[in-house]
Amino acid sequence: MLTLTPVETAALLLSLWVGLASMLFSLPLALAVAWLLARRRFVGHQLLNGLVHLPLVLPPVVVGFALLVLFGRHGPIGAWLYDTFGFTVAFNWKGAALASAVMGFPLMARAMRLSLEGVDRRLEAAARTLGASRWRVFWTITLPLMAPGILTGAILGFARSVGEFGATITFVSNIPGETQTLPLALYAFTQVPGGDPPAFRLCVIAVIVAMTALLASEIVARRLDKRIRGVQ
Amino acid sequence: MIEIDVEATLGDFALAAKFVAPSAGITALFGRSGAGKTSIVNALAGLLTPSRGKIVVRDEILFDSARRINMPPNRRRLGYIFQEGRLFPHYSVKGNLLYGAKRNDAASFDRIVALLGLGELLRRRPGDLSGGEKQRVAIGRAILAEPRLLLMDEPLAALDAARKEEILPFIAALRGALDIPVVYVSHAMDEVIRLADALVLVDGGKIAATGTVEELTSRIDLRPLTGRFEAGAVIRTVLRGHDKVYGLSELAFPGGRLRVPHIDLPLGTPLRLRIHARDVVLASAPPSGLSIRNAFAGRVVEISPDKGPLVDLRLDIGTPAEPVMLWARITQRALADLRLVVGSPVHAMVKTVALERPSPGTGRGISEAHEAV
Repeated sequence: MLTLTPVETAALLLSLWVGLASMLFSLPLALAVAWLLARRRFVGHQLLNGLVHLPLVLPPVVVGFALLVLFGRHGPIGAWLYDTFGFTVAFNWKGAALASAVMGFPLMARAMRLSLEGVDRRLEAAARTLGASRWRVFWTITLPLMAPGILTGAILGFARSVGEFGATITFVSNIPGETQTLPLALYAFTQVPGGDPPAFRLCVIAVIVAMTALLASEIVARRLDKRIRGVQ
Repeated sequence: MIEIDVEATLGDFALAAKFVAPSAGITALFGRSGAGKTSIVNALAGLLTPSRGKIVVRDEILFDSARRINMPPNRRRLGYIFQEGRLFPHYSVKGNLLYGAKRNDAASFDRIVALLGLGELLRRRPGDLSGGEKQRVAIGRAILAEPRLLLMDEPLAALDAARKEEILPFIAALRGALDIPVVYVSHAMDEVIRLADALVLVDGGKIAATGTVEELTSRIDLRPLTGRFEAGAVIRTVLRGHDKVYGLSELAFPGGRLRVPHIDLPLGTPLRLRIHARDVVLASAPPSGLSIRNAFAGRVVEISPDKGPLVDLRLDIGTPAEPVMLWARITQRALADLRLVVGSPVHAMVKTVALERPSPGTGRGISEAHEAV
């Protein structure tokens, strides 16, 4: 019924790939930030909290521009990356993933922080009295009990990545096959005469991707929730 | 030996507790809610860091502020049984039991499972267990971690009376089956009398008294702490005989014998009996023609300086070598009519039906605790 054109296939696969890459890249960082914000009190706590949430309230173009300035081939970080590792994120899929990761980060860190705050610390104390080190307590008690929050954060981050537009187009432009994700391809179609039918097809694809991700996360979340409530 | 000398400030509550408890048998920390019992146990477990002090368990220093020693909780090897069980919801019962297990020893696992009656529960999840079952699993989990001391923080407080009766025998059985000393936090005197050998009275963040259960419950000055209305002395007895015809059992104590409803235990079993002050009747002459079977000659040792209509008397109904203390609560009017003063000879009577079911109490470790304090 729905046979995809090469342009559509490329945009869809790139979107999924960029979403996955940015999600996997952000997960450990978001977990660390969530831990700092939920469990530690330090000078600059508020500052870190604000910084993490910044992409949520800034216009995406601003984020994209900032990334361009910092990570472009001649930017301070971009130049260093290139000189040291021969690695660049400018105008390729890695840049798209970075832009999506930054935009999705607040949602991810927030979901994880909330679930971490919901973990009963008395259970962690009980585990300590049973001889478990801090590290073992984290892996066997804390992490499993915050699993639903990690999943929610991952899905939100992934969805945000797949839908990311402003920061991506500003940072890595709109290059078919390289940085042209679904929303960027859709935008490109709306800019040319007669582009409405293909744009509509991309809309349908976007809806299918989003619904699938949501349903899958719902099913997994329900399982995890049962598990941490301790019922069979 | 368990030596505690800690100071801590928690909000506007100041804890300054110092006592020595025996490292055998069950030591009860008894006091009102908010007296600081849980804080003491948390300091022992390492979940609360005192601002100053020292904690030594069986010759190992767990905490010493002067020497900057603060052993982390996971290295203290103290089993902790919490009021709310704190089972890990994402583990099965078996997973919970094995969480702290030191070695993979099927024999000791099976033994603990059998002792606590957990065989049927192993594959269940904590969310499906009743309150009593949860607490049994929590006890098993703590024991399987092979602690050198068990801490129990009101393990029965969240349970109803029937569930309490379900757990109490298990805790009492621990004393016999395993040689692990227990520090038992409670605000219920009946639990203390059933389980404890040594008693530590906690009041307002301080230790009010330490000693044996028998000694402390018979002290009139401690009544505000041991309970005014439930007041009663605890006496130590030995099961001496059964009267099959009338369905009674005889308990001997230095200076006399008590008849109680039949107890299904072997002769020679040491038993502890609590006699409420309100159930003791006094007479100035030997009674006759009464239905009361338990009458003892004794002497008034102390009279409480109460102002109200009631007064508590402490009586010695034992022998000169082994005094046995009993309390009686009578009216000021009766005190005046009988002309009772300290030293007066008196006859004390207790209705058989008023006697609570005696509880096993070995009394082990009591004198040790007492001498050390």
